[in-house]
Amino acid sequence: MNPVLPNSFRSGPDERGHFGIFGGRFVAETLMPLILDLEKAYADAKADPAFQTEMNGYLKNYVGRPSPLYFAERLTDHLGGAKIYFKREELNHTGSHKVNNVLGQIMVARRMGKKRIIAETGAGQHGVATATLCARFGLDCVVYMGAVDVERQQPNVIRMEMLGAKVIPVQSGSRTLKDAMNDALRDWVTNVHDTFYCIGTVAGPHPYPMMVRDFQSIIGVETRAQMQEAEGRLPDSLVACIGGGSNAMGLFYPFLDDPSVEIFGVEAAGHGLTQLHAASIAGGRPGVLHGNRTYLLMDDDGQIQDAHSISAGLDYPGIGPEHSWLHEAGRVTYLSATDEEALAAFLLLSRLEGIPPALEPAHAIAKVMELAPRRPKDHLMVVNLSGRGDKDIPQITEILKGRKK
Amino acid sequence: MTTRIDACFAELKKQDRSAFITFLMGGDPDPATSLEIIKALPKAGADIIEIGMPFTDPMADGPAIQAAGLRALKAGMTLKKTLELVCAFRVGNDTTPLVLMGYYNPIYIYGVDKFLADAKSAGVDGLIIVDLPPEEDTELCLPAIKAGLNFIRLATPTTDDKRLPAVLANTSGFVYYVSVTGITGSASANASVVGEAVGRIKRHTKLPVCVGFGIRTPEAARGIAAHADGAVVGTALVDALRGSLDPDGRATAKTIGAVADLTASLAQGVRGAKQAAE
Repeated sequence: MNPVLPNSFRSGPDERGHFGIFGGRFVAETLMPLILDLEKAYADAKADPAFQTEMNGYLKNYVGRPSPLYFAERLTDHLGGAKIYFKREELNHTGSHKVNNVLGQIMVARRMGKKRIIAETGAGQHGVATATLCARFGLDCVVYMGAVDVERQQPNVIRMEMLGAKVIPVQSGSRTLKDAMNDALRDWVTNVHDTFYCIGTVAGPHPYPMMVRDFQSIIGVETRAQMQEAEGRLPDSLVACIGGGSNAMGLFYPFLDDPSVEIFGVEAAGHGLTQLHAASIAGGRPGVLHGNRTYLLMDDDGQIQDAHSISAGLDYPGIGPEHSWLHEAGRVTYLSATDEEALAAFLLLSRLEGIPPALEPAHAIAKVMELAPRRPKDHLMVVNLSGRGDKDIPQITEILKGRKK
Repeated sequence: MTTRIDACFAELKKQDRSAFITFLMGGDPDPATSLEIIKALPKAGADIIEIGMPFTDPMADGPAIQAAGLRALKAGMTLKKTLELVCAFRVGNDTTPLVLMGYYNPIYIYGVDKFLADAKSAGVDGLIIVDLPPEEDTELCLPAIKAGLNFIRLATPTTDDKRLPAVLANTSGFVYYVSVTGITGSASANASVVGEAVGRIKRHTKLPVCVGFGIRTPEAARGIAAHADGAVVGTALVDALRGSLDPDGRATAKTIGAVADLTASLAQGVRGAKQAAE
């Protein structure tokens, strides 16, 4: 049976926060009143032109937007197919797309009078962005980070601490992003009166998936205008990596109703899909975790399984609910790249373009390496270069050193 | 329809005392010991028994109950085995109410309709599902009521008068008032603040109001029970259980006794409450 396709792929979520069967508000009662307050505060902010004006000012002069759309000439020549453009989100202040969302949420938190901000982080990019904006606006900042990630992303831990944030290494479970989110939720339940939870991706209870998507959509909005200027038309395809999927939603969302645009999300296949990985769409099924229904990695008893990826930012057993819906609706094609493929892409891009990508978008580049050669030279492909690789250099150095022995 | 929970509170009313409700994780530290512990609870003074359904990511629980869930999962506990535990308990006890408490995902994966049918026939009386607020009632709450199970809702310090009617609307059996904003086993409940909150909830409902989170000692249980229809103790019992295990986390000869002894002294605290309040 084919599902009935909606008139628009941009109409979700409904008033209860559902994208089809996905999304929702699966949280403890303690949090529910605050989540309803947040929904209202965000709706008010969205309707307030002064909010938009203020945000645009910070996006331009503090974040450094618009980020360039760059024609990757040497990568294009090397692959010999589609014309490849990079959306240079790694050039934003703090080094990734994360800051787009954090700026928006911190401005909402200020409207709500919240003085204490908490966040979870995997690779540390969301944590760094949150610590940065908390410093800028004089707010207390506590970042939960899995102990494993604290080890493999040291440069970002040091940065967050220098910015005045308190980084709490999370020792429970697999000690990665999932567990950081559990502990952030536990903090929120405990300190609900004065604390704002700044979620880093398009997941969690409604309104987070929608709100984060809206704040990240500037990526796609700019891409549309920049491609129009560069080539006089829409791109033919979009490629972005997915952990929770916020950089991908931000790029994809403004193009969802353009049927000529092929859209690819790239999950982390870790050691391979038959082994440890983090590809929830390829290897999971719908379940309920962290406030929403979405594709999750789990066993037959509904127990959540540990994810694995070389990239701390993709090392999560779930995915944003809107992605689950776009997958089932067939609008977005979800692929996956292994640790090895991502590492090879990291090295290739560093040498060919002088741009070391973060290990997260290296997964997207890995699939561009497969997709681009199979497309004609007039095919315009945009890949979201969502973060810079500086934070990964110690980890990659260790891996490469291990191989030489 | 009168459930075991309704009958229990009717009987307690006759005796003019509050309920003592225990929480332990099903399958902690292993399924066989867990059954023996739960069998020992009514005799030790538990009026209602809550059994935790282990879950890998219990986001409203503190370290003690997180660890209890992981011990149970490591010992092979599953939702199916939790229902088997209930069945085995019911062989010798058809009166003590049993409430399953946990998170939605394992039930969703088991299949809601199948779970409700199996839980009912196993002898479960009620459900407390932490991550299902009234906004998600169509998922499990309404089907559970239809299947003849009580759906016991949590009310919290953040549930204001405006929201209480929505929280109470489909609640049955009793209302579980979470006495602190926080996770299980963190802060201590303040009896007089709790008393006010219970009074506020009682203005909106005729259901019994029981209080949990932050009650660790017989004295605290007595203080809370003086203001409420029941007191729930979880983390303190889980801690007593853990303290009796060997260094590898396995049950010892002391395990069942450690939990039963603490249950007995907590139950004494609760039983002394109404008289003390008068």
